[in-house]
Amino acid sequence: MIFWQLFISYLKIGFFGFGGGYAMLSLIQHEVVVRHEWMTGAEFADIVAVSQITPGPIAINSATYVGYTVGVQYGGAGWGILGSLIATFAVCLPALSLMILVTRFFLRLRHNPWVEGAMRGMRPVVIGMIASAALLLIFPHSTDPAEQNFTDLWSWILFAGVFVGSLKKVNPILLILLAAGAGILLYGPL
Amino acid sequence: MLLRLFLSFLKIGAFTFGGGYAMIPLIEREVIERKKWIAREEFLDLLTLAQSAPGPISLNTAVFVGYKLCGYSGALAAILGTILPSFTIILMIALFFREVRHNVWVDAAFRGMRPAVVALIVYPVVKLARGMHLAMLLVIIGSALAIWYLGWSPVLLLALGGVGGICWELIQIRKGGVR
Repeated sequence: MIFWQLFISYLKIGFFGFGGGYAMLSLIQHEVVVRHEWMTGAEFADIVAVSQITPGPIAINSATYVGYTVGVQYGGAGWGILGSLIATFAVCLPALSLMILVTRFFLRLRHNPWVEGAMRGMRPVVIGMIASAALLLIFPHSTDPAEQNFTDLWSWILFAGVFVGSLKKVNPILLILLAAGAGILLYGPL
Repeated sequence: MLLRLFLSFLKIGAFTFGGGYAMIPLIEREVIERKKWIAREEFLDLLTLAQSAPGPISLNTAVFVGYKLCGYSGALAAILGTILPSFTIILMIALFFREVRHNVWVDAAFRGMRPAVVALIVYPVVKLARGMHLAMLLVIIGSALAIWYLGWSPVLLLALGGVGGICWELIQIRKGGVR
């Protein structure tokens, strides 16, 4: 049952989403693009772009969007809304339950060597996960031209420009909007 | 009180573009300075918690503040407030996106935004990895390659990292190293 899979996938994403935000991208990508093929790598990049210019955490945004898409494919807009509710609920559930436990116990456990060691060991993996999300977007497993995010030299120039902008602490929303403008100028019907 | 919690987090949820760390100053202003719900020192503990617990930082923060003030129903009110704006906006976008997605203008804009998104993801990698020990860098590169090239599950690697970290920590203690 596809709605059950959706629930389990987003429960997993919520449960293992250590490091928040960007680190969760890799988990979402693994579940949604690689394992279940609910969307292509390019669609995934689109939803990340939409997340950047709308409020709210990417995990919630992607849950709502993927849930809707999966539901619509199953049988129309009503199912889409059901799917988005299921996925959003599932991704929140671990935060809701674990955070209450953590609030009660973690402050006392923080200097426990097991907890500290696990946290320390996971930190570089989380950074590697963020890097893998980027790698998968640059070099997708699929060779289908419609699924490529880097289509020509301009893509790399935009990539370099936005990276330098980030280093200079330019607001990411502004950078995304500038890239959208550049895209319209470069690839639009003008 | 529940309603006030809900409304405060609704406001925070509606204005945190980019998610995660972007919402910290907003929460600080709303929860510490304006409403004085928690003390500043407690907020630092809260950030450590929110970052080490799984899940989006914004949700974790909402649950913490809500639970502290009103128990379970407080946590629920705060979490609903946080997700409601993004849920509604994304649902609206999802409803109409499929029709406009193949519009030439929208398509061109997305072709420009995709490499930009990748750059925004690469930036924190560089920022976080800078100045790290060589062994740590190898773990970063190894896990990135395992997920991207070999298609390993990120969850498996997190578990391996956690176990590795515990072993390392216990060895340090066994050696009698005072840390």
